[in-house]
Amino acid sequence: MRDWYGSRSVGQKQALWAWIFLALPLFFFIAIRLAPTGYTGYVSLTEWNLLRPKRFVGFDNYARLWRDPVFWQVLGNTFKYLLIGTPISLLLSFLVAYYLDQVRFLQGLIRALYFIPFLTTAAAMAWVWRWFYQPVPIGIFNLILVDLGFAQQPFLRSTSQALGAVLAPAIWAGLGFQVVVFLAGLRAIPDTYYEAARIDGVGRWTILREITLPLLRPTILFLVVVSSIGFLRIFDKVYNMTVDGKGGPLNSTRPLVLNIYELAFVDYRMGYAAAQTMVLFAILLFVTLIQLRAMRAR
Amino acid sequence: MRPGAQGFRAVWDPRSVAIWTCVALGGIVMIMPFAFMISTSLKGSDAIYELGLIPRAPTLENYALLFSEGRFLRWFANSLAISTASTASVLFFDSLAGYVLCKYRFRGREIVFVAILSTLMIPTEMLVIPWYVMSKTMGWLDTYWGIAFPGLITGFGVFLMKQFFESVPDALIDAGRIDGLSEFRIFWEIALPLVTPALSALAIFTFLGSWTAFLWPLIVTNSAANFTVPVGLAAFAGEFATEWNMIMTGAAVATLPVLAVFVLLQKYIIRGVILSGVKG
Repeated sequence: MRDWYGSRSVGQKQALWAWIFLALPLFFFIAIRLAPTGYTGYVSLTEWNLLRPKRFVGFDNYARLWRDPVFWQVLGNTFKYLLIGTPISLLLSFLVAYYLDQVRFLQGLIRALYFIPFLTTAAAMAWVWRWFYQPVPIGIFNLILVDLGFAQQPFLRSTSQALGAVLAPAIWAGLGFQVVVFLAGLRAIPDTYYEAARIDGVGRWTILREITLPLLRPTILFLVVVSSIGFLRIFDKVYNMTVDGKGGPLNSTRPLVLNIYELAFVDYRMGYAAAQTMVLFAILLFVTLIQLRAMRAR
Repeated sequence: MRPGAQGFRAVWDPRSVAIWTCVALGGIVMIMPFAFMISTSLKGSDAIYELGLIPRAPTLENYALLFSEGRFLRWFANSLAISTASTASVLFFDSLAGYVLCKYRFRGREIVFVAILSTLMIPTEMLVIPWYVMSKTMGWLDTYWGIAFPGLITGFGVFLMKQFFESVPDALIDAGRIDGLSEFRIFWEIALPLVTPALSALAIFTFLGSWTAFLWPLIVTNSAANFTVPVGLAAFAGEFATEWNMIMTGAAVATLPVLAVFVLLQKYIIRGVILSGVKG
């Protein structure tokens, strides 16, 4: 064995060690990530409740979701989270970062204040916000409203307000990450650009529009994608903020992931859940590919 | 010079003061939920309607009650064990794989790298059904191993470590070979100590990710003894439905360790976010 090894060339020895070191990680990625992806695709073509053997049904599950009003509702909810959440969170975090960048006194501490919610357990904070939304005399939001002379609001109990009430803590939790990334992007802009603009006597607004924002394009793009993916995958907050984790009232807050969870692990309709998972995957892949494409274009 | 920051004398101009005040107030608003959570966890059951931020008669009775019934301690131990083991595994295997993909030249390297990179596009949600079926078949449901196995090696970490091993000069590795060190010892004793900043960032993210993970632990566990902190908290809060001071105590217990980690390691965490964010 020693002789066999000793007589190998340097390149062959390297290749041998490379495969030895990679064996376990590679096995892991194939067995736990890649193969299961294909398996989900296969399950989506079957009807299966885990007890009886799978029954191959072709594209029946996809045809069913096309006709399923609940599927369209949860898909709509998911896009509401995305389309309302992403612009608001990006605008807010940019404003904070833009002004925080100009602050010197205690800048690190203030940045930390914005960042803390990003790290904390979403499930725990969802319960804190759920408490805030309670009616008088428990919930602080309603207490403030009543103090100011406004009417109480139902928040999580209303089909029209609940989605916004769940979205608020989601935006709150993600803000700090975006602020930190925006700040890094702002600092990467060379001072010489600003000096040149100042010498030319250009106003603040023009500097922002003509220098800062165009140079931040890669940062903005990155954050749009990361935040979109985050909202498309929203689950923890909805599960913890709605009664029995059902995404109510009347499914008005239920996102796609929660629907998949219910179908697969409460109703044990694996095939149908897998089909909806494939739809989610297609959307996420589409968003990622847009990002890759835009990154290459720059 | 950056807009608005015209040096020392400009610090006191009204615009700077106004900006500072607004940004700082915003920051305080951001942490208000924590303030209310902690304040309510310190209020007795007779004082929960009292809204003041500073409790009139602060008491630790909620915490005493919470820990006396034992469940939270158990969930804490579960989360700690699982997060620590996952982090150790991720650090070892991700850096080993990243090192090999960065420093070794062999046929198939590109394909392996692309395959690992492509797993970054596959979200957890996509995989929970197969993982559940796998766990059921193998008898992993409701076990530590079942909770932890999907997170033992991560594509993100392999990618991050590969980037960082670029900064280790090939000459050092060749010198190790000339000295007759084994390939593993070259990795372990020469290359790895040179990328400790990346390792610390990866460790923090892996630990926090594992500590706050919700969907998979919720699916794979079903007996309370095996819950992680977030899953346990959800069950606990559902049960205590209207006892908000107890729920806030539970939320505080789930959150405070993470806050402590942040306060201790703030510098590394922010740097890690910037590294991973900028490199995407």
